[in-house]
Amino acid sequence: MNIKDTLLIIPAYNESKTIGNVIVKIKNQFPDLDILVIDDGSFDSTDMIVRKHGINIISLPFNMGYGVALQTGYQYANNKNYQYVLQMDADGQHEPECLNDLIMSIKNNKADIIIGSRFLSECNYGASWLRRLGMIIFSKITSLILKQKITDPTSGFQALNHKVLKFFTSEFYPSDYPDADVIILLHRIGFRIKEIPVIMYSALNKGKIHNGLKPLYYVFKMFLSIIMIFLREKPYFYRKGNKL
Amino acid sequence: MTPHQKVFAIIASIVLLLFILELVRKRKIKEEYSWFWLLIGSAIFILVIWYDLLLFITQLIGSETPMTTLFLFGFLFLLFVNIHYSVKISTFTEQIKRMVQKIGILSKEIEDFKNKEKRSNKK
Repeated sequence: MNIKDTLLIIPAYNESKTIGNVIVKIKNQFPDLDILVIDDGSFDSTDMIVRKHGINIISLPFNMGYGVALQTGYQYANNKNYQYVLQMDADGQHEPECLNDLIMSIKNNKADIIIGSRFLSECNYGASWLRRLGMIIFSKITSLILKQKITDPTSGFQALNHKVLKFFTSEFYPSDYPDADVIILLHRIGFRIKEIPVIMYSALNKGKIHNGLKPLYYVFKMFLSIIMIFLREKPYFYRKGNKL
Repeated sequence: MTPHQKVFAIIASIVLLLFILELVRKRKIKEEYSWFWLLIGSAIFILVIWYDLLLFITQLIGSETPMTTLFLFGFLFLLFVNIHYSVKISTFTEQIKRMVQKIGILSKEIEDFKNKEKRSNKK
């Protein structure tokens, strides 16, 4: 399979402990795959490790958050005319082997965006009860709105085609933490969404989000975002018969 | 309103107006951000001088005393200013985000160009 038209984006913030391993694993399985790491203003040696492996890296001048880092990757991919984008986390949560399924599914045009779900497979994913509750609530809401079963809207293990990529470079992409709201927005615009099972491990480096008071804020923000999607007009360039 | 209150309100509004004008003169506040402060200073000044207007507004909104009216409007004004700032901050956040992304991508491109040059020089 030709994967020269595919870019793997890995946002990283202080992931020096894990990112080397993640890169080696991916390189072993997909030596031809283009990889781009977005260093989101890390203050550890993340960027040195990435450069040592000869991987493309974009270093943001300061920490802007997961969504902004990802979107930078989307902009780069769009500028370089990549047709497909894969994304995964740098903390070792996502099993690189599953990239193959993601690539196959997106290239077979099964959907415009493929979400790797940890709940469709049997895996030992541990999370706090509060986080689990949040995930259940929002997967139910998402499933209800989409009229399609979505089990893991928080998953950052995804593949998208060029149409979604283009949309994600626009201002409609949330800059803090893309989540169920993005999936609902994509559905409202008319993109096809599909979940496939992937293997995910509990994160080794805890503390990205969902800590302290953040779960409460997250729940509030997600409800607000979802309501806003329906109050706003559809993004302008999609109204003309879903053509890009 | 007692004469004491009146004198104090007049002095306070004049000091506010002069202070804001001075900040604008020193370019510590941009003109575009100064207008509502000047507006509130002038409003207090006019209401205290033109006492009948204050009484009329007090009656209109049904508050107890003219002082309450002044406080109420002061409070509403501060509320408005804060909301205005939230809007501005949101704009700035978006602009900073765009800038950071551009800087990241451009730095990468400069680096790529330099590496390319190095390689062609070696050849």
